[in-house]
Amino acid sequence: MPESIKRIARAVSSALLVPIMALIVAFALGAVVMTLFGDDPVAAYQGLYDGAFGSAKAWARTLLKTTPLILTGLAVAVAFKAGLFNIGAAGQFIIGTVCSVAVGIHFEGTPLLIHLPAALLAGIAGGMIWGAIPGLLKVYTGAHEVITTIMMNYIASLFAGWTVYAGGRQGQSPGPLWDPTARAISETPDVLTSAQLPLMGNPRLDLHLGIIIAPLAALLIWWLIYRTTFGFEVRTVGRNADAARYAGMYPRRTTVMAMALAGGLAGLAGAIETLGLNHKFAPEFGGSVGFEGITVALLAQTHPLGVVFAAFLLGSLEAGASRMQFESGVSADIIDVIQALVLIFVAAPLIIRSLWPGKRSSLAAGTKTQ
Amino acid sequence: MTPVLDIRGVSKYYPGVIANEDIDLTLHKGEILALLGENGAGKSTLMNIVYGLQQPDTGNIYINGKVVSLASPRDAIAHGIGMVHQHFQLVPDISVTENIMLGAESIRHGLLDRKKAAQRIKELSQRYGLDVDPAAIIEDLSVGERQRVEIVKTLYRDAEILILDEPSAVLTPQEVDGLFSIMQRLRELGKSMIFITHKLKEVMHIADRITVLRNGRVAGNAQPVTTSEKSLATLMVGREVDLTFEPAANVSGNLILNAQNVSALDDTGHLAVDSVSLQVCAGEIVGIAGVQGNGQSELVEVLTGLRRSHSGTVEIDGTDLTHQSPREFTERGESCHIPEDRHLHAMVADYSVADNLVLNTYRNAPFSHNGVVNRPAIRAQADSLVQAFDVRTPDINTPSGSLSGGNQQKMVVAREFSRPSKLLIAAQPTRGIDVGSIEFIHRRIVAKRDEGVAVLLISAELDEVLSLSDRILVMYKGRIVAEVVREEATREQLGLYMAGAK
Repeated sequence: MPESIKRIARAVSSALLVPIMALIVAFALGAVVMTLFGDDPVAAYQGLYDGAFGSAKAWARTLLKTTPLILTGLAVAVAFKAGLFNIGAAGQFIIGTVCSVAVGIHFEGTPLLIHLPAALLAGIAGGMIWGAIPGLLKVYTGAHEVITTIMMNYIASLFAGWTVYAGGRQGQSPGPLWDPTARAISETPDVLTSAQLPLMGNPRLDLHLGIIIAPLAALLIWWLIYRTTFGFEVRTVGRNADAARYAGMYPRRTTVMAMALAGGLAGLAGAIETLGLNHKFAPEFGGSVGFEGITVALLAQTHPLGVVFAAFLLGSLEAGASRMQFESGVSADIIDVIQALVLIFVAAPLIIRSLWPGKRSSLAAGTKTQ
Repeated sequence: MTPVLDIRGVSKYYPGVIANEDIDLTLHKGEILALLGENGAGKSTLMNIVYGLQQPDTGNIYINGKVVSLASPRDAIAHGIGMVHQHFQLVPDISVTENIMLGAESIRHGLLDRKKAAQRIKELSQRYGLDVDPAAIIEDLSVGERQRVEIVKTLYRDAEILILDEPSAVLTPQEVDGLFSIMQRLRELGKSMIFITHKLKEVMHIADRITVLRNGRVAGNAQPVTTSEKSLATLMVGREVDLTFEPAANVSGNLILNAQNVSALDDTGHLAVDSVSLQVCAGEIVGIAGVQGNGQSELVEVLTGLRRSHSGTVEIDGTDLTHQSPREFTERGESCHIPEDRHLHAMVADYSVADNLVLNTYRNAPFSHNGVVNRPAIRAQADSLVQAFDVRTPDINTPSGSLSGGNQQKMVVAREFSRPSKLLIAAQPTRGIDVGSIEFIHRRIVAKRDEGVAVLLISAELDEVLSLSDRILVMYKGRIVAEVVREEATREQLGLYMAGAK
């Protein structure tokens, strides 16, 4: 057994090397940039830390930012396992939101135990459909998922905008989810309390049940990918689709199912974000959480449990950004710079590995020895 | 006369591994020296040392009598050493001239002088009978042509000593003949060559002298005129190797595989299999001989569900499986398949040995229950198969991509042979692997036949077909052009059929 523990420890430390070094280098470069612009990086990072972990409110903010990132990160990571690059988490997130709101604002009088799960499931289902479409397009027409998922993002965004359209002066009809009491403003009504995620602890911290659901989802996905035959099929198709077919798997079906699962996770992110925090949506609400899923998944090296930590990291950066700006005067945009640097270093691990003494030999391993 | 290359007492150690120990090797001018050995015997390490890719821990290398230090391939090239790698080092989408110039550019007024380089390539090509067109784009060339480009590349850099690393492994029989006449021409014009291989027949045919490596040491030296394939094999493996088998004792006559008028297209849409009918009965091995690329690959794919036929039927033990998926073939047809391309179909290189051993049985008990994988059962299966099939791996969690070719193949064979079956389709089951593993796999195939399994063997190695098959079919241009029973088959006659001469 100690042999296998050693092996796992080796694997973990080698997997962590790149992300951790990427973070250190990105923060160092961020400090250089701040210094060049005459800002004080120490004060900035102090403010960042305070904003993310300095108080109960800060911790709550961090956890709330982390929650959707875990799910969109999983949406990208699961697709990666199947050899697919899901750029569509943003669109799947939007559709998840729309579907969960559609259920959440109707059915007055339904008990919470039915209404809330139904609204969550609607979000998941909407995301699954939105993810499955690029999967189907890929296996039946060969259309590349990077292109189709990007297009699906536009469609989702415009569709969501239409559902809350307030109508026009010339009698254009309003969208089906528009809240008439909002008059000229395009937005939905609040979802009914019976469809809202219950809050935990101090209600002023807004800590809703979603912050538990997301890590549980990561655990479930880990189990699905590494402990079930479906996961074995997903990973085999992702690594060698020809071998998968030879082995009696159905790569097309697996591809579509993996994309649907990915979409479902992003859809759940959208549902949780609305049912737990925002309670309604307006056009152009999607934000960047779908795209940050890509950073999260890459930083986690597509491992479902790594996603939790990567999301927490990005979540805390975002939670601390405004405090940092307030305390040190450094623009919160520097956080985007740091995130982008992390992404570059994770996506180009050779840069990091070449900074790491002792690992250089493996870089030059061009020769085969027998 | 001073040898052009003299290796004295070279040793190279890796942690826990003796790659080379106290190796002496001599190469004279105008000589072809065969360096023979199984995978892992240390041939590649030794040649990497000679080519400057690795440095020896002890020992010296002399070129024309002078001791040299080879710190990099650049040094080796400067000393007139050229290497033709097994995996070609060519850029596919640029021309032959540009590829050859890479790293040895001729420059005029600060610009590449392609004209001068092309002229020189043409001269070299004519002089050595290489037939290389300087203007051709690499990706339009056949494997044999690319290899000739690699040879020109070494000559362009004024190589006097050519190291050819398993040059025949990637070639068709005709291309091998072409390669050998080029090697003879090079020898006539005074070049010296080290020819790395594990194919005994080729060694006997082309080499002037033979050095055999085993476990990193020189196991012996020989000359083709005074040795035999059998004694070379013994030197290589360290024990007697027997590659002859008794014919089937009892063909039951139960028809297992029945393909009728099967036609299929290749990936480019051309007719590759042209109304082939064949039957294989329980307890017999039917071999399909033929030069690679005559439709055998496509036929196998149709017979295993990997490719759709456009006409004809395939039945296994009376069950019609025409147009069914590979899963139906393995489950309803109870057939096993050793695919010809290990890396494309038979394994997932970055999966562990254990996962690869259940690649197509993971969905069955005991390896999973209700869709949940049973890790202990998979590990137990791996432990027992690794042992039974002598797969040499550090442990069952090792990524299979890091095993040697022979051990990867044994892993695939272990998986396919471990399930109960009525039909075994073995395509190129021993391609690119060492003699010891070949013998092992052949024994297992014969044992399957003796258990009453119907075996269809497809091989480009005529000797393999001849030594294993009870009946032999020859495929040429998508058709079965001949059927011969084992007792009446001769190499010459089959060779003619394979060339389409009859």
